[in-house]
Amino acid sequence: MSVLINIPDSAAPGEIIEIKLLIQHPMETGFRTGPDGALVPRDIIESVTCLYLGEEVFRADLYPAITANPFVGFHLRADTTGEIEFIWTDNAGVTSREARTLTVA
Amino acid sequence: MRRAIVFTVAFLLPGLAWSDDRRTGYDDMNADLQALQDDPMNPATFWVLDGERLWSEPAGTTAQSCADCHGSAEDSMQGVAARYPSFDESSGTAVDLLGRIALCQSRHQQTAQPRDRSDPDRLALLAYVTHQSRGLPIMPDEDPRLAPARARGEALFSSRMGQLNLSCAQCHDDNAGGYLAAARIPQAHPTGYPQYRLEWETIGSLDRRLAGCMTGVRADPFAPGSPELVALELFLKSRAAGLTVEALPIRP
Repeated sequence: MSVLINIPDSAAPGEIIEIKLLIQHPMETGFRTGPDGALVPRDIIESVTCLYLGEEVFRADLYPAITANPFVGFHLRADTTGEIEFIWTDNAGVTSREARTLTVA
Repeated sequence: MRRAIVFTVAFLLPGLAWSDDRRTGYDDMNADLQALQDDPMNPATFWVLDGERLWSEPAGTTAQSCADCHGSAEDSMQGVAARYPSFDESSGTAVDLLGRIALCQSRHQQTAQPRDRSDPDRLALLAYVTHQSRGLPIMPDEDPRLAPARARGEALFSSRMGQLNLSCAQCHDDNAGGYLAAARIPQAHPTGYPQYRLEWETIGSLDRRLAGCMTGVRADPFAPGSPELVALELFLKSRAAGLTVEALPIRP
């Protein structure tokens, strides 16, 4: 499973930047049956969080109706140079992280 | 009749540019879906990246990678997807690109063959190889040994099949541009396979698309990679000669 993150490398102080996140994930609903007729177990991302300098700036809860390979986009005001961290957790409790550095000058 | 003439010209003069009224699936999509396809950050990119990784990963009992023989895919695989299906010397049959990758894996890497021809790793390799032909015109292989299979594909295209007793041509030639329920009927030019279908939520090969159509007319679909499907692809590619390869496309 990989992730594509689209974020500018640098921004002016106070600039509103757009952050786009595309996560490779099957988002299996848990309602479908497989070829053997048995239910395919649910496998979805339940939450996506973004931390800017360690502070939570964005969070989304995801549900079974969200498409596979979900796309999440949001805006952020760039104040200070620092790390932007993305954390997403699936229904089995497995957490993935990815971080980017934003330079504000 | 006019379209029949266009196709005859297309068949006799493959690779030449001409003005025509052919439309690809991309032309028929709405602006939002076109924007999704044009954005490099679309879900199909995951498979291209997976394929790029697999290209240089040793596999099989010979522990060879694709790159060991073919070098950089950017150079060696450019234009390959634009001319497939091709003729395989040792089996004496036409093979599509997915079949060629499977043959390479079994002959040169000696990998254990997955039960599913469209195994995810193999599809990712197909996606990566096809990506090297993006933007190039479809140039069907002119090897004369492919002619019988291509003629068979043309015959299959206009053969009625299934409980609905419909041929490909009845929708995709006679009624292209019309609607089947809410879906626009395309002219069936295979400009971009594999493709990411929102309906599938993953990428799939032309096999899977054709099987979907055949199930739709309530026919028993040809097996993935069967000579019939390769023949159909040969005909469809010659019909689409000169159109641009999309890699990878998004479809609804």
